[in-house]
Amino acid sequence: MAELLAQAWTIARKDLVLEFRTRTALLSAVVFTALVLTVFNFGRDPTAVATIDLAPSILWVTFTFAAMLALNRAFQLELENQALEGLLVSPLPRVSLYWGKLLANLAFVGVVEAVGLPLFVLFFDVPIGRAVLPLVGVIALATVGFVTVGTLFSAMVIRTRFAELMLPVLLLPFLVPPLVLAVLATAKLFAARPLSESLGYLKLLAAYDIVFLTFASVLFRYTVDE
Amino acid sequence: MSLVQKGRWITLTAFVLLAGVYVRALAFTPVERFQGPAQKIFYVHVPAAWSAMLAMALVGLCSILYLILKDPRFDRFAAASAEVGTAFSLVMLTTGPIWAKPIWGTWWTWDARLTLTLFLFFLFLGYLLLRGAVGEPGLRARYSAVLGICGLLLLPFIHLSVYLFRTLHPQPIVLKPSSPSLPGSMLATLLFSFGVFTLLYVGFVVQRYALSLRREEGGGIGA
Repeated sequence: MAELLAQAWTIARKDLVLEFRTRTALLSAVVFTALVLTVFNFGRDPTAVATIDLAPSILWVTFTFAAMLALNRAFQLELENQALEGLLVSPLPRVSLYWGKLLANLAFVGVVEAVGLPLFVLFFDVPIGRAVLPLVGVIALATVGFVTVGTLFSAMVIRTRFAELMLPVLLLPFLVPPLVLAVLATAKLFAARPLSESLGYLKLLAAYDIVFLTFASVLFRYTVDE
Repeated sequence: MSLVQKGRWITLTAFVLLAGVYVRALAFTPVERFQGPAQKIFYVHVPAAWSAMLAMALVGLCSILYLILKDPRFDRFAAASAEVGTAFSLVMLTTGPIWAKPIWGTWWTWDARLTLTLFLFFLFLGYLLLRGAVGEPGLRARYSAVLGICGLLLLPFIHLSVYLFRTLHPQPIVLKPSSPSLPGSMLATLLFSFGVFTLLYVGFVVQRYALSLRREEGGGIGA
């Protein structure tokens, strides 16, 4: 187990170093997130709908799009110079390759969300107050759900035609349960309700993460092996 | 008799029996007191939903079997089942609103079961699109098997999460812990229709399976 994690970290570190040295993808994703938030502001009538009613949806639709954009590049990276072949001939177990990619994607999406959340609070004047810590917890749970399935699918779509289009079409239905649960929990938090009222949502969210993490870890090798 | 012909005969028999379902439902089954004639669509809608769910369950099952046994027959069957399932979900998604307009007063609502079946339809479409986007047969079989298994895992989560939004759909009347709360003659029509729709599913899948087999043998023309 410890060895698998160490190997996963090697893969994740490789991706993150690569990301940090070029920064193009990360910066683009952050700018994209800021733009989506801005666009949302003009996609509503502020006199008709109170911002607070719309805020959870704005936050989560933005994060869903940002995650999808980030996931598209996860394996695209490995297509250049047949880098993926190199990874596959190395004696690395497939599980650690998947976990490594998963960790790198989590870090990538996490950074985007860390920039996106303050921007969201600033733009929409959400009374976030004491809800910050629980909200970070909800975001973490939902993001694990997004990225777990997304990493598995992004390994598949790179070898299909229209990869950039195929990923959203396959992935969006799978993002609906985490999205719904996160929106429900976030709405409770913004309404200053105690966390105990959202416990049911959070449990289901955690169950989603566990089920898909388990199955994706098993299924991943079928997406890369010849 | 070739497989295609067998499929044709099964389908033909099912269509004749389907006419029987219509006759029985319209002429020999009592009109429901509150919903009136609109309730008759129930005898098509519910069995179509059953066939679509059956199709998805078999896509998932065949996907698991394919990954374990690597037998191309399971992949071929899953593909056939997905195509037929798409057709049945379309029947379910069109008959539902036709019933909902007079009874609920709206064509569409984001009720838990409606949303679930809409996503079932999207899953079928995604599955078929993925198959169309991968050229190499081995890769296509593995990718679609992975998606099929994930799809089967997803459906309970979609159901549970959208269920937390209040539901409007009629509650189960046949498959529930107590005995069915449906008068005998209505239940008989419904069960008859269930049988016919299952037979239709079998007929379509056998034909589709035989077609893809023929394509592969014919050197993959149009496959």
